[in-house]
Amino acid sequence: MRKENDEPLLIAFCCQYCSYSAADLAGSMRLQYPPNVRIVRTPCTGRLEVEFFMKAFEKGADGILVAGCLEGGCHFTEGNLLAKGRVGYTRTFLSEAGLEAERIRMINISAAQARPFVDYVHEMLAVLKNLGPSPLKRINSSKSAEIRI
Amino acid sequence: MIVAQRKSIPELIDILKGHKKVLMLGCGTCVTVCLAGGEREVAINASALRIASRLRHLDIAVEELTIERQCDNIFIEKAADAINRNEVVLSLGCGAGVQALAERYDKPVYAGLDTAFIGILEERATWTEKCIACGQCMLHEYGGICPVTRCAKHMLNGPCGGSREDRCEVREDRPCAWQLIYQRLKNIGELDRLKSIKAPKNWNNSIHGGSRVIIREDHKI
Repeated sequence: MRKENDEPLLIAFCCQYCSYSAADLAGSMRLQYPPNVRIVRTPCTGRLEVEFFMKAFEKGADGILVAGCLEGGCHFTEGNLLAKGRVGYTRTFLSEAGLEAERIRMINISAAQARPFVDYVHEMLAVLKNLGPSPLKRINSSKSAEIRI
Repeated sequence: MIVAQRKSIPELIDILKGHKKVLMLGCGTCVTVCLAGGEREVAINASALRIASRLRHLDIAVEELTIERQCDNIFIEKAADAINRNEVVLSLGCGAGVQALAERYDKPVYAGLDTAFIGILEERATWTEKCIACGQCMLHEYGGICPVTRCAKHMLNGPCGGSREDRCEVREDRPCAWQLIYQRLKNIGELDRLKSIKAPKNWNNSIHGGSRVIIREDHKI
Protein backbone atom coordinates (compact mmCIF):
# COMPACT_ATOMS: atom_id res chain seq x y z
CA MET A 1 0.00 0.00 0.00
CA ARG A 2 1.30 3.47 -0.85
CA LYS A 3 2.13 5.69 2.04
CA GLU A 4 0.26 8.98 2.22
CA ASN A 5 3.43 10.96 1.49
CA ASP A 6 3.99 8.96 -1.70
CA GLU A 7 0.83 10.44 -3.17
CA PRO A 8 1.48 13.41 -5.44
CA LEU A 9 0.71 16.79 -3.98
CA LEU A 10 -1.50 18.69 -6.38
CA ILE A 11 -2.24 22.38 -5.83
CA ALA A 12 -5.49 23.40 -7.50
CA PHE A 13 -5.87 27.15 -7.91
CA CYS A 14 -9.62 27.56 -8.32
CA CYS A 15 -11.46 30.67 -9.41
CA GLN A 16 -14.19 31.52 -6.92
CA TYR A 17 -16.73 32.19 -9.66
CA CYS A 18 -16.53 28.75 -11.27
CA SER A 19 -14.27 25.87 -10.29
CA TYR A 20 -14.27 26.64 -6.58
CA SER A 21 -18.05 26.37 -6.67
CA ALA A 22 -17.72 23.26 -8.83
CA ALA A 23 -15.43 21.71 -6.22
CA ASP A 24 -17.96 22.65 -3.55
CA LEU A 25 -20.76 21.14 -5.61
CA ALA A 26 -18.68 17.96 -6.01
CA GLY A 27 -18.68 17.73 -2.21
CA SER A 28 -22.45 18.25 -2.02
CA MET A 29 -22.93 15.59 -4.69
CA ARG A 30 -20.72 13.19 -2.70
CA LEU A 31 -18.32 12.85 -5.63
CA GLN A 32 -15.04 11.43 -4.41
CA TYR A 33 -11.62 12.78 -5.22
CA PRO A 34 -8.35 12.11 -3.42
CA PRO A 35 -7.43 14.18 -0.37
CA ASN A 36 -3.98 15.04 -1.69
CA VAL A 37 -5.39 17.94 -3.69
CA ARG A 38 -4.95 21.34 -2.06
CA ILE A 39 -7.58 23.76 -3.29
CA VAL A 40 -6.60 27.43 -3.18
CA ARG A 41 -9.47 29.81 -3.81
CA THR A 42 -8.57 32.78 -5.99
CA PRO A 43 -10.72 35.80 -6.84
CA CYS A 44 -9.99 35.11 -10.53
CA THR A 45 -7.32 33.03 -12.26
CA GLY A 46 -6.09 36.35 -13.67
CA ARG A 47 -4.82 37.08 -10.16
CA LEU A 48 -2.34 34.21 -10.45
CA GLU A 49 1.19 35.14 -11.39
CA VAL A 50 3.97 32.99 -12.80
CA GLU A 51 5.98 33.43 -9.61
CA PHE A 52 3.15 31.85 -7.56
CA PHE A 53 3.46 28.70 -9.63
CA MET A 54 7.25 28.69 -9.53
CA LYS A 55 7.24 29.15 -5.75
CA ALA A 56 4.78 26.28 -5.33
CA PHE A 57 7.07 23.97 -7.31
CA GLU A 58 10.12 25.23 -5.45
CA LYS A 59 8.45 24.42 -2.15
CA GLY A 60 7.62 20.86 -3.11
CA ALA A 61 4.37 20.75 -5.08
CA ASP A 62 4.26 17.86 -7.58
CA GLY A 63 1.76 19.52 -9.84
CA ILE A 64 -0.52 22.52 -10.30
CA LEU A 65 -4.00 22.67 -11.72
CA VAL A 66 -5.25 26.13 -12.65
CA ALA A 67 -9.02 26.03 -12.93
CA GLY A 68 -10.69 29.04 -14.47
CA CYS A 69 -13.99 29.92 -16.07
CA LEU A 70 -14.96 28.84 -19.55
CA GLU A 71 -13.35 31.04 -22.20
CA GLY A 72 -15.59 34.01 -22.75
CA GLY A 73 -17.19 33.53 -19.33
CA CYS A 74 -14.68 35.26 -17.06
CA HIS A 75 -16.29 37.53 -14.46
CA PHE A 76 -13.49 40.00 -15.16
CA THR A 77 -13.67 39.55 -18.94
CA GLU A 78 -10.21 38.18 -19.64
CA GLY A 79 -8.65 36.91 -16.39
CA ASN A 80 -8.78 33.29 -17.52
CA LEU A 81 -7.12 34.21 -20.81
CA LEU A 82 -4.30 35.93 -18.92
CA ALA A 83 -3.92 32.84 -16.76
CA LYS A 84 -3.72 30.65 -19.86
CA GLY A 85 -0.75 32.68 -21.12
CA ARG A 86 0.93 32.58 -17.72
CA VAL A 87 0.54 28.82 -17.43
CA GLY A 88 2.19 28.52 -20.85
CA TYR A 89 5.00 30.83 -19.76
CA THR A 90 5.49 28.80 -16.57
CA ARG A 91 5.83 25.68 -18.67
CA THR A 92 8.70 27.32 -20.57
CA PHE A 93 10.52 28.07 -17.30
CA LEU A 94 9.87 24.57 -15.94
CA SER A 95 11.29 22.95 -19.07
CA GLU A 96 14.35 25.19 -19.01
CA ALA A 97 14.91 24.51 -15.32
CA GLY A 98 14.58 20.76 -15.83
CA LEU A 99 11.08 19.94 -14.57
CA GLU A 100 8.40 18.40 -16.77
CA ALA A 101 6.07 20.98 -18.32
CA GLU A 102 3.11 18.61 -17.83
CA ARG A 103 3.25 19.30 -14.10
CA ILE A 104 1.11 22.39 -14.64
CA ARG A 105 -2.16 22.50 -16.53
CA MET A 106 -4.98 24.96 -17.10
CA ILE A 107 -8.59 23.81 -17.29
CA ASN A 108 -11.80 25.75 -17.95
CA ILE A 109 -15.02 24.73 -16.28
CA SER A 110 -18.24 26.33 -15.08
CA ALA A 111 -19.65 26.36 -11.56
CA ALA A 112 -22.11 23.60 -12.48
CA GLN A 113 -19.47 21.19 -13.74
CA ALA A 114 -18.71 19.24 -10.59
CA ARG A 115 -18.22 15.94 -12.42
CA PRO A 116 -15.76 17.35 -14.99
CA PHE A 117 -13.84 19.00 -12.13
CA VAL A 118 -13.45 15.67 -10.37
CA ASP A 119 -12.49 13.99 -13.64
CA TYR A 120 -9.82 16.63 -14.32
CA VAL A 121 -8.39 16.14 -10.83
CA HIS A 122 -8.18 12.38 -11.35
CA GLU A 123 -6.64 12.92 -14.79
CA MET A 124 -4.01 15.29 -13.44
CA LEU A 125 -3.16 13.00 -10.53
CA ALA A 126 -2.72 10.13 -12.98
CA VAL A 127 -0.30 12.28 -15.00
CA LEU A 128 1.63 13.16 -11.84
CA LYS A 129 1.79 9.52 -10.70
CA ASN A 130 3.13 8.63 -14.09
CA LEU A 131 5.78 11.37 -13.90
CA GLY A 132 6.71 10.38 -10.35
CA PRO A 133 7.34 12.74 -7.45
CA SER A 134 8.92 16.11 -8.13
CA PRO A 135 12.69 15.53 -8.35
CA LEU A 136 13.12 18.54 -6.08
CA LYS A 137 11.74 16.45 -3.22
CA ARG A 138 14.24 13.67 -3.84
CA ILE A 139 17.20 16.02 -4.03
CA ASN A 140 16.69 17.84 -0.79
CA SER A 141 13.68 16.58 1.06
CA SER A 142 14.41 18.49 4.25
CA LYS A 143 14.40 21.83 2.44
CA SER A 144 12.01 21.27 -0.43
CA ALA A 145 9.10 19.46 1.20
CA GLU A 146 7.83 22.53 2.95
CA ILE A 147 4.28 21.79 1.92
CA ARG A 148 3.28 18.50 3.52
CA ILE A 149 0.29 16.33 2.85
CA MET B 1 12.26 53.10 -23.09
CA ILE B 2 15.03 50.55 -23.35
CA VAL B 3 13.60 47.19 -24.34
CA ALA B 4 15.29 43.96 -23.32
CA GLN B 5 14.45 40.29 -23.28
CA ARG B 6 15.32 37.47 -20.99
CA LYS B 7 18.11 34.97 -21.35
CA SER B 8 17.14 31.32 -20.94
CA ILE B 9 17.77 29.51 -17.66
CA PRO B 10 20.45 27.22 -19.19
CA GLU B 11 22.25 30.38 -20.41
CA LEU B 12 22.11 31.87 -16.91
CA ILE B 13 23.40 28.63 -15.39
CA ASP B 14 26.30 28.72 -17.83
CA ILE B 15 27.07 32.39 -17.04
CA LEU B 16 27.04 31.67 -13.28
CA LYS B 17 29.31 28.63 -13.54
CA GLY B 18 31.46 28.25 -10.44
CA HIS B 19 29.59 30.76 -8.27
CA LYS B 20 27.56 29.81 -5.21
CA LYS B 21 26.10 33.07 -3.90
CA VAL B 22 24.27 35.15 -6.45
CA LEU B 23 22.38 38.41 -6.15
CA MET B 24 19.75 38.68 -8.86
CA LEU B 25 19.22 42.41 -9.14
CA GLY B 26 16.21 43.81 -10.95
CA CYS B 27 15.65 47.34 -12.20
CA GLY B 28 12.42 49.24 -11.63
CA THR B 29 12.55 51.40 -14.72
CA CYS B 30 12.54 50.46 -18.44
CA VAL B 31 12.99 46.70 -18.06
CA THR B 32 10.11 46.58 -15.60
CA VAL B 33 7.82 48.18 -18.17
CA CYS B 34 8.93 45.79 -20.91
CA LEU B 35 8.39 42.84 -18.56
CA ALA B 36 11.98 41.64 -18.69
CA GLY B 37 13.77 42.63 -15.49
CA GLY B 38 11.42 44.05 -12.85
CA GLU B 39 10.58 42.71 -9.41
CA ARG B 40 8.24 40.10 -10.84
CA GLU B 41 10.74 38.84 -13.38
CA VAL B 42 13.39 38.66 -10.69
CA ALA B 43 11.07 36.44 -8.62
CA ILE B 44 10.34 34.17 -11.58
CA ASN B 45 13.91 33.88 -12.82
CA ALA B 46 15.35 33.44 -9.33
CA SER B 47 12.87 30.69 -8.60
CA ALA B 48 13.62 28.94 -11.90
CA LEU B 49 17.36 29.32 -11.28
CA ARG B 50 17.08 27.80 -7.81
CA ILE B 51 15.09 24.87 -9.19
CA ALA B 52 17.59 24.37 -12.02
CA SER B 53 20.50 24.62 -9.61
CA ARG B 54 19.03 21.99 -7.29
CA LEU B 55 18.25 19.62 -10.14
CA ARG B 56 21.81 19.99 -11.45
CA HIS B 57 23.36 19.72 -7.94
CA LEU B 58 25.01 23.12 -8.32
CA ASP B 59 24.00 24.47 -4.93
CA ILE B 60 23.60 28.10 -6.04
CA ALA B 61 21.94 30.40 -3.48
CA VAL B 62 20.03 33.21 -5.19
CA GLU B 63 19.08 36.38 -3.35
CA GLU B 64 16.48 38.66 -4.92
CA LEU B 65 16.43 42.43 -4.94
CA THR B 66 15.05 45.12 -7.22
CA ILE B 67 16.13 48.74 -7.09
CA GLU B 68 14.45 51.74 -8.64
CA ARG B 69 17.11 52.32 -11.29
CA GLN B 70 20.38 50.51 -11.98
CA CYS B 71 21.93 53.27 -14.06
CA ASP B 72 21.94 55.80 -11.23
CA ASN B 73 24.38 55.81 -8.33
CA ILE B 74 21.84 57.05 -5.80
CA PHE B 75 19.75 53.95 -6.34
CA ILE B 76 22.71 51.58 -6.73
CA GLU B 77 23.84 52.54 -3.23
CA LYS B 78 20.65 51.01 -1.86
CA ALA B 79 21.83 47.62 -3.10
CA ALA B 80 25.29 47.94 -1.52
CA ASP B 81 24.70 45.55 1.39
CA ALA B 82 23.16 42.89 -0.81
CA ILE B 83 25.95 43.22 -3.37
CA ASN B 84 28.63 42.97 -0.68
CA ARG B 85 27.23 39.81 0.89
CA ASN B 86 27.07 37.94 -2.44
CA GLU B 87 29.84 36.62 -4.68
CA VAL B 88 28.39 37.83 -7.93
CA VAL B 89 25.64 40.08 -9.26
CA LEU B 90 23.34 38.87 -12.01
CA SER B 91 21.75 42.06 -13.27
CA LEU B 92 18.33 42.03 -14.86
CA GLY B 93 18.90 45.63 -15.94
CA CYS B 94 19.85 46.87 -19.38
CA GLY B 95 23.45 47.03 -20.57
CA ALA B 96 23.85 50.47 -19.00
CA GLY B 97 22.72 49.14 -15.62
CA VAL B 98 25.13 46.21 -15.76
CA GLN B 99 28.04 48.51 -16.53
CA ALA B 100 27.07 51.08 -13.91
CA LEU B 101 27.16 48.31 -11.30
CA ALA B 102 30.41 46.83 -12.61
CA GLU B 103 32.14 50.21 -12.44
CA ARG B 104 31.27 50.56 -8.76
CA TYR B 105 31.99 47.11 -7.31
CA ASP B 106 35.05 44.88 -7.44
CA LYS B 107 33.15 41.72 -8.09
CA PRO B 108 31.69 40.06 -11.16
CA VAL B 109 28.53 41.65 -12.54
CA TYR B 110 26.83 39.63 -15.26
CA ALA B 111 24.05 40.52 -17.67
CA GLY B 112 20.94 38.43 -17.16
CA LEU B 113 19.11 40.05 -20.07
CA ASP B 114 19.77 40.74 -23.71
CA THR B 115 19.28 44.48 -24.22
CA ALA B 116 17.51 44.87 -27.53
CA PHE B 117 16.59 48.44 -28.50
CA ILE B 118 14.98 51.79 -27.69
CA GLY B 119 11.32 51.34 -28.43
CA ILE B 120 7.72 51.49 -27.34
CA LEU B 121 4.89 49.14 -26.51
CA GLU B 122 3.14 49.19 -29.87
CA GLU B 123 0.28 46.93 -28.88
CA ARG B 124 -0.28 44.49 -26.09
CA ALA B 125 2.73 42.15 -25.79
CA THR B 126 4.50 43.74 -28.78
CA TRP B 127 7.43 46.13 -28.45
CA THR B 128 8.90 47.78 -31.51
CA GLU B 129 12.11 49.69 -32.13
CA LYS B 130 11.67 53.42 -32.73
CA CYS B 131 15.10 54.98 -32.24
CA ILE B 132 18.69 53.89 -32.78
CA ALA B 133 20.09 56.95 -30.96
CA CYS B 134 21.94 58.13 -34.08
CA GLY B 135 22.86 61.41 -32.41
CA GLN B 136 21.33 63.75 -34.98
CA CYS B 137 17.55 63.63 -34.89
CA MET B 138 15.78 64.35 -38.18
CA LEU B 139 12.27 63.36 -37.15
CA HIS B 140 10.92 66.82 -37.98
CA GLU B 141 11.67 66.16 -41.64
CA TYR B 142 9.73 62.93 -41.76
CA GLY B 143 6.48 63.61 -39.91
CA GLY B 144 7.75 61.99 -36.74
CA ILE B 145 8.56 58.64 -38.35
CA CYS B 146 12.24 57.72 -38.27
CA PRO B 147 13.60 56.29 -41.52
CA VAL B 148 17.01 55.72 -39.91
CA THR B 149 15.44 53.24 -37.50
CA ARG B 150 12.38 51.95 -39.24
CA CYS B 151 13.52 51.71 -42.87
CA ALA B 152 15.53 48.51 -43.26
CA LYS B 153 17.87 50.39 -45.64
CA HIS B 154 18.05 53.51 -43.41
CA MET B 155 17.19 55.65 -46.45
CA LEU B 156 16.99 59.39 -45.88
CA ASN B 157 15.66 59.89 -49.41
CA GLY B 158 13.19 57.11 -49.95
CA PRO B 159 11.30 55.07 -50.78
CA CYS B 160 13.53 52.39 -52.24
CA GLY B 161 10.78 51.13 -54.56
CA GLY B 162 10.96 47.58 -53.29
CA SER B 163 7.97 47.63 -50.94
CA ARG B 164 5.00 45.39 -51.70
CA GLU B 165 1.67 46.95 -50.86
CA ASP B 166 2.66 48.69 -47.63
CA ARG B 167 5.12 46.02 -46.48
CA CYS B 168 8.90 46.29 -46.30
CA GLU B 169 10.66 44.05 -48.81
CA VAL B 170 13.34 43.14 -46.28
CA ARG B 171 10.91 42.26 -43.50
CA GLU B 172 7.43 41.43 -44.70
CA ASP B 173 6.06 41.47 -41.16
CA ARG B 174 6.90 45.17 -40.82
CA PRO B 175 5.36 48.15 -42.63
CA CYS B 176 7.42 50.16 -45.12
CA ALA B 177 8.63 53.20 -43.16
CA TRP B 178 8.52 55.34 -46.27
CA GLN B 179 4.90 54.44 -46.92
CA LEU B 180 4.17 55.56 -43.35
CA ILE B 181 6.19 58.76 -43.81
CA TYR B 182 4.35 59.63 -47.02
CA GLN B 183 0.92 59.01 -45.49
CA ARG B 184 1.79 60.94 -42.36
CA LEU B 185 3.19 63.98 -44.20
CA LYS B 186 0.14 63.94 -46.49
CA ASN B 187 -2.20 63.85 -43.47
CA ILE B 188 -0.50 66.82 -41.80
CA GLY B 189 -0.12 68.78 -45.04
CA GLU B 190 3.67 68.72 -45.13
CA LEU B 191 4.31 66.69 -48.28
CA ASP B 192 6.52 69.54 -49.54
CA ARG B 193 9.21 68.35 -47.17
CA LEU B 194 9.86 65.39 -49.47
CA LYS B 195 10.76 67.71 -52.38
CA SER B 196 14.16 68.56 -50.98
CA ILE B 197 17.00 66.05 -51.12
CA LYS B 198 18.45 65.38 -47.68
CA ALA B 199 22.22 65.54 -47.42
CA PRO B 200 24.13 62.55 -46.04
CA LYS B 201 24.00 62.31 -42.27
CA ASN B 202 26.96 62.92 -40.00
CA TRP B 203 27.41 59.45 -38.58
CA ASN B 204 30.22 60.65 -36.29
CA ASN B 205 27.47 61.53 -33.83
CA SER B 206 26.43 57.92 -33.82
CA ILE B 207 28.18 54.88 -32.35
CA HIS B 208 30.57 54.79 -35.34
CA GLY B 209 32.59 57.57 -33.75
CA GLY B 210 33.21 55.54 -30.58
CA SER B 211 31.18 55.55 -27.38
CA ARG B 212 29.57 58.93 -26.83
CA VAL B 213 29.87 61.40 -23.99
CA ILE B 214 27.75 64.46 -23.27
CA ILE B 215 29.20 67.10 -20.97
CA ARG B 216 27.08 69.94 -19.66
CA GLU B 217 29.47 72.66 -18.47
CA ASP B 218 26.58 74.61 -16.90
CA HIS B 219 25.93 71.73 -14.51
CA LYS B 220 29.53 71.33 -13.45
CA ILE B 221 30.59 72.59 -10.04
